[in-house]
Amino acid sequence: MSRILASLALLLSLALPLRAEIDIQRITTPGGFSAWLVEEHSIPFTALEIRFRGGASLDAPGKRGAINLMTATLEEGAGDLDARAFAEARDSLAAELHFDVGPDALSVSARMLTENRAEAAALLRLALNEPRFDADAVERVKGQVLSIIRSDQKDPDKIAYQTFSRLAYGDHPYGSSINGTIESVSPLTPDDMREAKDRVIARDRVYIAAVGDITPEELRELIDDLLADLPAKGAPMPPDAPWLLDGGQTLVPFPTPQSVAVFGEPGIGMDDPDFFAAYVLNEIVGGSGLQSRLMRELREKRGLTYGVYTYLLDRDHADALMGQVASANDRMAKAIEVIRGEWERLQREGVTDEELERARKYMTGAYPLRFDGNGPIANILVGMQMNGMPPEYINTRNAKIEAVTQEDIRRVIKRLYRPEKLHFVVVGQPEGLEAQD
Amino acid sequence: MRKTFLFGAALALTVALAGFSRAEQGAQDNVSTFRLDNGMDIVVIEDHRAPVVVHMVWYRAGSADESPGVSGVAHFLEHLLFKATENMEAGELSATVAENGGTDNAFTSRDQTAYFQRVAADRLELMMRMEADRMRNLRLTEEDIATERDVVLEERNMRVENNPGALFSEQRGAAQYLNHPYGRPVIGWKHEVEKLTRADALEFYRRYYAPNNAILIVSGDADPAEVLEMAKRHYGPLAPTPGLGPRMRPQEPPQTAARRLTYRDPRVAQPYVTRSYLAPERDPGAQRKAAALTLLAEVLGGNPTTSYLARRLQFEQPIAIYTASFYDGTSLDDTSFNLTVVPKAGITLEEAEAALDQALAGFLEEGVDEGELRRVKMQMKAALIYERDNVQSTAQRYGQALTSGLAVEDVQAWPGILQAVTEEEIMAVAREVLDRRRSVTGWLMQPEPAGENAAAQEEPSQ
Repeated sequence: MSRILASLALLLSLALPLRAEIDIQRITTPGGFSAWLVEEHSIPFTALEIRFRGGASLDAPGKRGAINLMTATLEEGAGDLDARAFAEARDSLAAELHFDVGPDALSVSARMLTENRAEAAALLRLALNEPRFDADAVERVKGQVLSIIRSDQKDPDKIAYQTFSRLAYGDHPYGSSINGTIESVSPLTPDDMREAKDRVIARDRVYIAAVGDITPEELRELIDDLLADLPAKGAPMPPDAPWLLDGGQTLVPFPTPQSVAVFGEPGIGMDDPDFFAAYVLNEIVGGSGLQSRLMRELREKRGLTYGVYTYLLDRDHADALMGQVASANDRMAKAIEVIRGEWERLQREGVTDEELERARKYMTGAYPLRFDGNGPIANILVGMQMNGMPPEYINTRNAKIEAVTQEDIRRVIKRLYRPEKLHFVVVGQPEGLEAQD
Repeated sequence: MRKTFLFGAALALTVALAGFSRAEQGAQDNVSTFRLDNGMDIVVIEDHRAPVVVHMVWYRAGSADESPGVSGVAHFLEHLLFKATENMEAGELSATVAENGGTDNAFTSRDQTAYFQRVAADRLELMMRMEADRMRNLRLTEEDIATERDVVLEERNMRVENNPGALFSEQRGAAQYLNHPYGRPVIGWKHEVEKLTRADALEFYRRYYAPNNAILIVSGDADPAEVLEMAKRHYGPLAPTPGLGPRMRPQEPPQTAARRLTYRDPRVAQPYVTRSYLAPERDPGAQRKAAALTLLAEVLGGNPTTSYLARRLQFEQPIAIYTASFYDGTSLDDTSFNLTVVPKAGITLEEAEAALDQALAGFLEEGVDEGELRRVKMQMKAALIYERDNVQSTAQRYGQALTSGLAVEDVQAWPGILQAVTEEEIMAVAREVLDRRRSVTGWLMQPEPAGENAAAQEEPSQ
């Protein structure tokens, strides 16, 4: 042991992990919405996070990309305000109103100063309830989206990810980009935008969290004002996604000096009793920082890559264990060999007690550090609601990490890290790699 | 729409500018500064809402401080600082931070290199102990050099070689600076990175990694007096590098001829045109012109909907899908003022550039839109309030400025100066800087189709 660690051993053994002290109030509005609130009056602004479940996966048949384009056009004018008037009104208030969409949710993120919160909320209300979707605005934003679609077609990371998704999920919405294609986006009209909006921005799928300089009474009024006039019901949720991939590797030739690989196999979600064991195991194998097994084996020992990582992708309709690595064309074959070798080593040897202990310490110590600011806290709280967690989860989560045993880990290794299920999609001109489908 | 269109760093950086401002008074109440006897500067930014601290050490040394021929050595050394020291094994610092629930990282830029950890407040002293150790006690093996050089080359592959926009940006940087080392990429030219040695790294390390060339910044749940005591214990005993003079780099000669370049790459999906002009930076006690340039960048092409270029080129005469201007005055030497126009499908780069020049001429004639300037200033004021929610950005702002030749007083005066800048000052600096003769214009596009020649440029860009 080094001198520094030795001299601090006493200190470390006395110090317990931090506790996140977050006082969450669950409120219900007269209009029937529920929301979580953390009052934090020391800085005069409020962070508000709203999510509509379903997100871009609710695109109507033949209209792939409509919800993404609609989301990007929400801030391009509403009510009496055209795009520029809306932007001027928002910026005069220094309000931040962002709209974003992913495969599982459409999100609204707002930061509003206390001094003009009513005006800022009124603008947000306008955007959510009366967006104009003017033809020129739709065309202008469409031009930007089409440019992104074209750029993605020449970006090795995007090609790898989109290819993997298509092979894994097929025709399910998870199998294609939320941006849509040139063919599906080009004909979209303002009417398509209105229809897309009603599919996803509805009262029956909304989750709300607020953190900042606002009282429960003020928040109740604000929420009802924002959301009460939205349609009651949106489009039905998509079915669960299939997993159509077997082990092996798929090559996508692309002329570029460094190959990119996306790899994965079916995973498990937060509702699974083994989730926390899988979560800890992922941290050991391919989690953050330089300490993971993959980073040590590929980067620290062999200099094969700048970064390699894995993550549990827990979505509403599919769970996967995913990873990514990039390596020069003449070294990608070696990188993949080492990763596959790590999967096999896991099956053979499991993880050491020391690795398990290190991962637990990191994960329990790092958790409270996530709660660092109104915006990040609002984000966590709305995510917890979407995952069906109670507010008390914040205080019980670390105990679940602590409770993970070697036996749990061994069980999850058998379930999850199966070399025969692991599939790689490689984009580039890798030397010495052949497709195995 | 703002989030959907990601056009390189320009957009992100312009947005970040809003966070680089602060009110004249009140906002500095949580900032304390000290200096140790060995010359190390200390800045403490207090925020006691959560028991968390960010511990940073910034060095006044970046890629522009490298000697010719060893480009990339500053960044390479940054990687090597995670290897063994006299008291720690390779990787031990990061492993210790992780074991304590923290995260750590580092970055290298043109004028600075910084190392930081984010940990529970009661682990601050452990961070100082380890960071102080690696400031002077690094132990590098030849094997570290060989492996980490490969890692850096893969990083370069990922960030640059695989990205035509980044390759284009490197060429433009080189064209912008004939003589100043800002013309070199921070990550280094590939052929020089491949040859970096242990001796190159250690030479840079021994000279620049010293308390009299470093700034300690602690932000979060920390008591300034306690930070000072801890810093005296851990950083105080370190020996300064004698004879570190002022940072003098070769300066640019006057630019008297416009420069142009076209970078073609089959991986280009979206052609665009860029324009940059050499521009003055923030100087200690003399930040007014840089403040005017900062506001110029905002009113000209900051806001994606209401700025002058957006109005002209995306709304009134819609030839572009994206326009932007960008300027960051926090720099040790002359920096640049940048413009980007991404044409719509069917518009050539030639047409886009002509439209840009017309728009610039129009702006110089029409002047600053009063409402736009008012909104920009309002947002800069509000950014002070929003920034209090994230003291790490305050820490970043101080670190960046103090390693770019500015003093604490300059950092604290800056928000007030921004608010005080007038329309006349903005137009004066616009007329001075936006001079075609002192510009670099770049086109990023697809290769010419086989069998055709210059006529290809008249073709639609999509």
